[in-house]
This record gives sequence, C-alpha cells and structure tokens, in this order.
Amino acid sequence: MHMTDSRVIAAPPDEVWSAILDPEVLKECVPGCQEMHGSAEEGFEAVVVQKVGPVKATFKGTVVLSDLVPGQSLTLTGEGKGGAAGFAKGGADVRLVPVEGGTELQYDVEAKVGGKLAQLGSRIIDGFAKKMADQFFSNFQKAVEGPADTDAAPADEGGEDGEKKKGWFKKLVS
Amino acid sequence: MPKDHGIGASPKRREDVRFLTGAGNYTDDINVHGQAYVHFLRSDVAHGTIKAIDTSAAESMPGVVKIFTGADFEGVGGLPCGWQVTDKHGEPMKEPAHPVLCQGKVRHVGDPIAAVVADSLEEARTAAEAIDVDIEELPAVVDMGAALESGATKVHDDLDDNLCYDWQFGTDTETTDAAFAKAAHVTTLELVNNRLVANPMEPRVAVGDYSRANDEHTLYTTSQNPHVIRLLMGAFVLGIPEHKLRVVAPDVGGGFGTKIFHYAEEAFCTFAAKACNRPVKWTSTRSEAFMSDAHGRDHVTKIELALDADNNFIGVRTDTKANMGAYLSTFSSSVPTWLHGTLMAGNYKTPAVQVNVKAVFTNTVPVDAYRGAGRPEATFQLERVIDKAARELGVDPIALRRQNFITQFPYATPVAVEYDTGDYEATMAKMEELMDIPGFAARRAESEKNGMLRGLGVNCFIEACGIAPSNLVGQLGARAGLYDAATVRVNATGSISVMVGAHSHGQGHETVFPQVVAEMLGIDESMIDIVHGDTSKIPFGMGTYGSRSLAVCGSAMVRATEKIINKAKKIAGHLLEASDSDIELKDGQFTVAGTDKSVAWGDVTLAAYVPHNYPLEDIEPGLEETAFYDPANFTYPAGAYACEVEVDPDTGKVTIEKFVSADDFGNVVNPMIVEGQVHGGIAQGIGQALLENCAYDENGQLLSASYMDYAMPRADDLPHMADYVVDHSCQTPCTHNPLGVKGCGEAGAIGSPPTVVNAVIDALHSGGHTHVSHIDMPVTPSRVWAAINGQ
Repeated sequence: MHMTDSRVIAAPPDEVWSAILDPEVLKECVPGCQEMHGSAEEGFEAVVVQKVGPVKATFKGTVVLSDLVPGQSLTLTGEGKGGAAGFAKGGADVRLVPVEGGTELQYDVEAKVGGKLAQLGSRIIDGFAKKMADQFFSNFQKAVEGPADTDAAPADEGGEDGEKKKGWFKKLVS
Repeated sequence: MPKDHGIGASPKRREDVRFLTGAGNYTDDINVHGQAYVHFLRSDVAHGTIKAIDTSAAESMPGVVKIFTGADFEGVGGLPCGWQVTDKHGEPMKEPAHPVLCQGKVRHVGDPIAAVVADSLEEARTAAEAIDVDIEELPAVVDMGAALESGATKVHDDLDDNLCYDWQFGTDTETTDAAFAKAAHVTTLELVNNRLVANPMEPRVAVGDYSRANDEHTLYTTSQNPHVIRLLMGAFVLGIPEHKLRVVAPDVGGGFGTKIFHYAEEAFCTFAAKACNRPVKWTSTRSEAFMSDAHGRDHVTKIELALDADNNFIGVRTDTKANMGAYLSTFSSSVPTWLHGTLMAGNYKTPAVQVNVKAVFTNTVPVDAYRGAGRPEATFQLERVIDKAARELGVDPIALRRQNFITQFPYATPVAVEYDTGDYEATMAKMEELMDIPGFAARRAESEKNGMLRGLGVNCFIEACGIAPSNLVGQLGARAGLYDAATVRVNATGSISVMVGAHSHGQGHETVFPQVVAEMLGIDESMIDIVHGDTSKIPFGMGTYGSRSLAVCGSAMVRATEKIINKAKKIAGHLLEASDSDIELKDGQFTVAGTDKSVAWGDVTLAAYVPHNYPLEDIEPGLEETAFYDPANFTYPAGAYACEVEVDPDTGKVTIEKFVSADDFGNVVNPMIVEGQVHGGIAQGIGQALLENCAYDENGQLLSASYMDYAMPRADDLPHMADYVVDHSCQTPCTHNPLGVKGCGEAGAIGSPPTVVNAVIDALHSGGHTHVSHIDMPVTPSRVWAAINGQ
C-alpha cells in the first residue's frame, strides 16, 4: 500500500517539527492510541487499538524516527504486532515545506499488513490506511493549530475533554 | 421403463435422511471423555528464520496442559510424499523435510509454529497469544518464474534451488520438433490455471486418543482414506504399527481431494494424546482451512499445437510450471506429472505429444489434488489451444475436433496410457442435439437485440479414472498400490454388511453399493448396509479419489459377492441334494435348474451359521468373503460439453445461459446420483472459470482467506435447472472391470472450465473484439471489461 498526500498547517515549521517529536502529541494524534512512551532519540513504544473490517486488535509496536533534518524532514518507521490479528508495518517520509500561512506537511506512506489482517482485510486496507492517515494528520493539525473557534473564544477551562485536548500543544508552546 | 431397484435404478440417497435431519456423525461431533483442545500458533509471515520461541508466559496461563514446538518433534518423522517423480535426467525429485511443527524456519503463512493444548479451546487460544516468537523475516518466494531465477531466495536452504523436478514425458524431442517443423500452422497459447481452495462444507477436524491400558492409538479424522492415513502416519511419521493404530473417518462433509492427504494436525493430535495422556481435539476454523488445507491447480503453461495443411493435429508441446507450495503434500508430485501428462493427448489422435513440467517450491500453502487433479489442467490447455487454432484458421471448432478424434479402440496414446474404449463422436452428437446448435444463431440475435453478446463454447475431454493399476503406478513412482478391498458379511438371517475400502463423503456409496449387491443376489437393497471409514472394521482400502470408488472398490465388492454366491450355491446344493453346478440364483431363490426344487436366500444363510444339516467336510460354516481388486488399466470417461454465455459488454459480466454435458461413463448404477455428481462438478468448474481465485501478495501474504474475498459459486451463478442439462446416455462400458463402469465424480470439474472460457471468447469475437484471444480464469467482469477495452 502506497500513499502520497500533503496538508497545510497554520503554524511555522519549527512548531510543527517540535510537535512531531513529542510523544504526547503523537499519542493524541494516532487514532486508537492507548499508550505512547519514549523519545525521538530512543524511538517510541505504542499500544494502539484498532478495528480493520472484521478484525479488532490491540497492536503493540515500536516507532523509530530516522534521517532527521530538523525543521525539514524525517522518516518514521513502525511495526505493530496484533497477536492473532497479524501485524502491520510501514513507514512515512515526512517533509515540512514553509508556505504562505504556515507549513505544508508532505508525506509518502508505505504500509504492509500480514496474517489475518491481510487475509480478511486486504480489500479494505487501502481505504483503512488512508482513513488512518487522514485522521492522524487532522488530529495533528488540530493539536498544533487548535480549532478555529476555540482560538477565537478560549473555552478550554469549561470545555469538554475533547475540546480541551484540541489545541493544547499550541497553548503549551505559545 | 426405468428400473425401480438394483443396477440402473435411482433410489433416493439413504444417507441423506441422517444428513438432512441433523443425525449425521461428523468428526467434530465426536467428543472423547476428558479431551483437551489444541490451538495452533501459525506463522503470519510467509518466510522467516525462527530465532527464538518463548513459551514460558503461556505455560503458566489458566488451563494450559502442554505447549509443543518443533523441538518436541525432533526425531519424529516428517510428513511423507507418496509419489516419487523421476526427472528428465533420471534423478529423483527433491524431497525437503516437512516437519509436523516448524523447525528453524517458517515457509508459508499458516505454517504451524507451536501448538497449545489446554482444557478449553478459549484457554488454548488465549495462551497462544502469550507465546513470544522471534522471527527474522526473509524475502518471500511467491512467483514461480522468480523462484526459478538463479540467485532466488531458497524456500529450503538444504536444496540447490527451488526446483522440485524438471520432468519430460511423451514423444521424444527430435520427433516432436520434426512434427512442428513440417507444420502448416502452429497455434501458441500461454495461460494460467488459477490456484483454488477446495472449501468442503465441513472444515478439517482431528481427535487423537490414546489408551495407556493397551498402548493403542485412535485418530478420528476428516479423511477420504483412513487406511492411507494409518499407513502414512503410522509407518512414516510416528512409528506406530498398524495393529496399535486405528483411524476412523466417520461422516465427512465433502472432500474434493483436499481430505486425501495426511496433515500435520492429524499427526499432532495422535502424538499429543499420548504425550499428554489425554485425548486431544482440533477443529479447523474456516480461516485456518484457507491457510492449511492443500490448495489446488496453480499451473502456468505455454502450449503449442501443430497442424498440417489439412488441419490434422500433428504435434502438441507443452511447457508448464506447477506450484508445489512450500512442502510436498502427500500426492502433490503426481498431479502435474502422471495425472496431467498422461492426458495431454485428449480425445485426439495427435501422433506427437510432449509434456514438460517444472515443479517449483514457493512460500505458499502446499498444492495437491483437487477434484480432477491434473486432468482439468490438461484439458484446459488442450481445449483452449484447439479453440484458438480453429479461430485462427477460420474453421468450425466442432468440426476441427471431430476431424481429429480417436475412433479406433483400444488406442495407445503417445503419453503412455491406452484408452480401452470410447465413442467421442457419439457424445459430440448428443451434445449438439441437446444444445440445439442450429438454433444458436437465433438466440445470439435475440441477445444482441438486448445489447448483450452471446457466445457458444464447446469442449471435449478425456480423463483417466479408476485409479489405478498397481504395477503401472508402481513403475511411475507411486509408493503405494492402488487396489481396493471389500468384505461381504452375510449374517445368519440373510442381511448383509459390506465393509468397503472406499470412503463416502458425499458420493452416495451407501445407496449405490447395495444396489449392486442386491442386483447380484436378487434380494432387497434394504437388507444390505455399507460399512466404511474405520480401519478396525474394514479389511483394507486405498480410499476415495480419482473417481475410483465404484470402478475399483465396487469391483472388489463384486468379486467378494461372487465368492458368496459360489459358496451359497454349494450350501443350497447340499440342502436341495443337487450338484452346486446345477443351482441357479434368481430373485433371492436358489433353484435346481429345470426343476421347481428351490430354497430361499434366508434358508441358505441360516444353514451357514446353524450348520446342523451342512457339508462340513467340504466347506466351512459362515458366509463371509473378502476380495481385493487391482484394476488392469485406468478407466477413461470422456465427454463433450457446451455452454452458452451472455456477456454484458458495458460491465464485462458473464452469465451462463445454458450448459450441456454429454458424458460417457460406461455403465451407470444410479442415474440420479451420477447426474448430481455431474451437476456439482460443473458447478465447481464454473466456480473456477468465473469466480474463484486464491491470491497472494508479493510478500506471500494470503489475501483471499474468507468468503469476502474468495468467491464460491452460488445457485444464482448457475443456469436454471431446465438449462443445466447433464446426459450420460452414451455408454461404452469399461472393458476390464466387472461392472463396466468408468467413474463420474470429477468429469464436471474437468470439462467445464474450458467450455466457459471458450464461450466467453466466442461472445467477445461476435462483438468485434477480435483482439481478445484469451482471458485467464477467473473470467471476472473486470478482466472481461479490461480485455474488451484493450487494457
């Protein structure tokens, strides 16, 4: 499975870069992520619960960052084992390009699945991977930018949990 | 008027009463007191080195009895291959080890790494999740062409490469080349015979039991041939002598070949029952079946047909790559060779036929016999290339076939076999009549009015059934004899149990075999029962495959019944005070010829067991006889098939409008059952032609492992019964077995795939899409649409 896409984030490249390296941000952004430990230098360990078609599983895996060019690009490589559900592994080459109004995040994603995931989910895996990537980068965008409305009227204190999470990274760094 | 009993009658299948009312006794219905359950941890990568297996966490999980890995099977034999093929250089095929549980490497998705035996299946599954397996993934070998390239990753490190054997057969190269050199026309076709999964309705099950008291093992298993399993597992894997090993295959819900073979799970359950001192049960899930049942077909072939200026076939040359998968399954090596090469002459008197086959190891599930086994592959190539030749030459495909038919019998082909009898013209004429060939043009015009393309496809086939003469197959590398056996046990009051080596798993033996014995004795079929599927109850038997049950085991039953009749006549002669040579048996009465002195069947059988007035000095009491029967030749069923399809040129969807089969099965015992067998076989062939495909990705991941992705044929994929015509009225009886029968189980699956594809190509050409010379199966809408649109 191969996918190439991009997304503009209303924040400067340095800010986007810091967010990518932050395990707390990754935890919030990876759909279904239950746990995320580690660091950019050491790599991350993650637990993700996901449902692919009929297969629901807890994936335990690692994510390693490599080829880091601060503020510009990096490669993420990950592998998750889902026990009886099989495994997923893949990588993403991510580039940060400054554009008017922020940073364009360009990504090439390569993913492979095996075991039951391949046997039962091969026909839907491309769509699933695209959805996962879309969700991740949407979450990431929100984490970095914060939702437009909450920006205008900060309601973090009284808002719901979901609202509170959105934009928290921006609050932290700004 | 049709007969209402005996040979030629169509009594309803007596076994269906229990199957349809939920009273069947399948292997999964068997539960042995105190049994534990096994779950196999299977590889989810196609190829890799096992660096470490840590079972420590799993061992302490609730309910776990014992966890096994490959290390527990060191010193235990591997799963054997039953057929030694010798390559064209005179060298034996490569036979890599096939351990019960993986040792050192995993070689396909589904390869069993470890087995957890626990009090419950849930506990076994849960514990399996806690086993930590460290596998270093290796590149997977999936494509056969890539597998044969030098430097390709090796599936088996101890072999030189991935080639199992390079086999050549039939006419020598010089003669074959000479035929092609003088040809006026040569037609060449490259094609794929798609990989299939058998999908019997009942998945495989094994229950191992061990009696400490007398050191006896029992294996209950979903097998087509319990004696073969006893032989292979006892002698080659676990070292258990026959008298200490009982194999029971009770009601089995379909086999189609995939339940012939000896599987790791059977050996495991037998082994583990002793190791754990508890019965051990395994029931395959459907997902496991897709990645552990032997697959079928998977040949890639280039075939060339040489014709002279008068359109006579003068040469056939084939070059096939056959996928063996990761290991050699029980009869895998024989399928692309002796069950395929020997049929490459087809129904035609082609003087030069040369077959070349390379068998290849890949990181996929082992491939073995599936309904037809080698013969569908042979028929598909030959009948597709003939159809292409007819199109290239602008001649009628029926006339081209007819012109080249073998008409004199017996006929020795250039590919080792001798057809004893046949009448290919008769089946062709019957097919033409039933199909209403003259009316096709009008039907095509009608379809075209509706914007559809209509095609007519025809096909002839021959198969070698009644497998097989032991002395012949022995020369060809079979490591077993292929005779069969039957014991006819006549009880004191005249009822009969017939213990037969053939196993019934859908064929209807329980109905058909009594018809034969009843006919011979002139008694009611209800007095006769068949006993099968238990090595402790039947004398011996090589089982059911290759459309052999009636031709081989049925013949043994006939021989045993003849012995019964001879002895019973002696008893009757004594009772009637006449010479046994004067005794006639008719309608269950023994009569002194030319007199009204007679004694009934039941009087004779009672005398045999209550020998108060009995010639004890001449014959023993009792009435039970056994016969072993080894056929003198294969049988050669043949037929002519046709189908009409409609193709929607906008979507590529193919609809089968009518299907006709005209088969020559020799004599027919139960026409209704024969028709059912052919209906089912054609449905499976249509499944292969239009729907089914077992797909792997380039990493060796199995992609089609559920019914979401593996399309089985359904009722609405088949023509309505009125247009689904199966005929067996052309009968040239087999010349060498006592019943004159040839076998009907596989014909439909052999004859139908090329018929369908030929029809689709015909439809496309009628629509002006003459650039399409072939579409590989399954002929899905997307493939047809792509072909139409040149993509």
